[in-house]
Amino acid sequence: MSVIRTENLNYVYSQGTPFKKAAITDVNINIEKGDFIGIIGHTGSGKSTLVQHFNGLLKPTSGKVYFNEEDVLSDPKKLRELRFKVGLVFQYPEYQLFDETVESDIGFGPKNMGLSDDEISQRVLEAAKIVGLSEELLKKSPFDLSGGEKRRAALAGVLAMKPEVLVLDEPTAGLDPYGRDMILDQICEYRKQTGATVLLVSHSMEDVARVAEKVLVMNGGRVEMFDTVEKVFSRGDELSKIGLNVPHITQIFMKLKAKGVKVSEGVFTMDKAVNELIALFEKEGKNA
Amino acid sequence: MLRDVTFGQYFPMDSFIHKLDPRFKILLTFGLIIVAFVSFNFYSLGLVAAFAVLIMILSGVPVKFYLKSIKPILIFVLITAVLNIFYISGETLLVEFWIVKIYLEGIIRAAFVAVRIVLLIIISSALTYTTSPTSLTDAIENLLKPISKLGVDTHSFAMMMTIALRFIPTLIEETDKIMSAQKARGADMETGSLMQKIKAVLPILIPLLVSSFRRARELADAMECRCYHGGEGRTRLKVLHASYRDAIALISSFILLSLVILLNILF
Repeated sequence: MSVIRTENLNYVYSQGTPFKKAAITDVNINIEKGDFIGIIGHTGSGKSTLVQHFNGLLKPTSGKVYFNEEDVLSDPKKLRELRFKVGLVFQYPEYQLFDETVESDIGFGPKNMGLSDDEISQRVLEAAKIVGLSEELLKKSPFDLSGGEKRRAALAGVLAMKPEVLVLDEPTAGLDPYGRDMILDQICEYRKQTGATVLLVSHSMEDVARVAEKVLVMNGGRVEMFDTVEKVFSRGDELSKIGLNVPHITQIFMKLKAKGVKVSEGVFTMDKAVNELIALFEKEGKNA
Repeated sequence: MLRDVTFGQYFPMDSFIHKLDPRFKILLTFGLIIVAFVSFNFYSLGLVAAFAVLIMILSGVPVKFYLKSIKPILIFVLITAVLNIFYISGETLLVEFWIVKIYLEGIIRAAFVAVRIVLLIIISSALTYTTSPTSLTDAIENLLKPISKLGVDTHSFAMMMTIALRFIPTLIEETDKIMSAQKARGADMETGSLMQKIKAVLPILIPLLVSSFRRARELADAMECRCYHGGEGRTRLKVLHASYRDAIALISSFILLSLVILLNILF
């Protein structure tokens, strides 16, 4: 079932001034319920602009966006409700923290939803648990947290609204490898618990290969490819033509294969690579 | 949206006005504003208006942007004009009802004031549209040099202005971003009572304040890392030079001034 669908979506920045610039052009995509989609593309390829249409923050210059087959702009009063259903985590979300305690900051979204105090604190606890923030931290000021903790608190602020669709714009930017894995795991955990649809905008092919099932490739404001991870990453040549790349581990395996080593194609993650190599060595061992 | 704020925005181009020495531009802007305010009849004011239009055309900045810069103060212009209509008394009574008396002199006076304010905005917009913030502050520092002899730290003053101007677009962008982020969490800034609206601003104001402090600290560190120590002994990458263009601008301004004085006396 389609959860988000766009129809000839166009967006032009600064329409009607000499600075006008097309950000996205003719985007027609259909996102199925429960999908985990990685959105990749260059800086300025229109990824962030595209995802801000999904919760009605940006209004299309032309074209339509549908959420559950309903035009998102059909009723301006429903726009706020839509934002609770399509949770958007911005780039560097830690800069949006503002409240006195982490707890009330995470509760900002649920409070705006008009939930009861009990429900709010219940949701705050649940969200904090998913992102691994201790109850002790919840009582602190958000400005006293470390960078990684702030990022997770901001993520929790969106998760606490229990959105059906979770959109994340570069959630791992500027984090160390440990922090990056942690955030990705937490996103997967939320999806497992709620069955939410997840859209992950990222620069990192590794991140996308690790968690996503489908990949949407943006280039110059247009959708270049939209397919499963396997199919997109098997088109390495085309990706490098638009200045993108397949994950490092895939590159290594492609080179190995070119050298005549008997490995399979389509190795995108470290886990798979390890299994592949173990299988290979076992086979070679038997032959020797 | 906030992005559409135009007043004080630099418009990079390569026109005659752009190439004028910013020091001259500042002085001439002040000069022109004074001339506009000493024009006492329609002939001289019309001449100044024609000169302003000439500047607008020479600057190469689309006229639309000048109109945009007038828009925000339109209400102010109207209020001033209306007040003038009601308060100025003269000889030719046009309308009289209850305690209100409108004289022809009042209407003329109102038109005068309105045109003057609009000219003032156009002339000062021409300055900011054609001069980058950095050259503007460079020029101000240069013009204030005599005061620094008296022990006033004009360099720090100019540097503070440069930084403040430099960060306006950054802060606008930041505000936009934080606003979007809070809206994505359902923040409601349009509806509700006044108290609720004030409260609704906090989720935007606090992050903005926090990040301004962070930016200020980072900038101070970066400046110190590059051995910034104030104005003493500091040389410039771009040294300001006056050229033949400035002479043309200066001479035509003097001609304008003499004509305005002449017209004031004649009519």
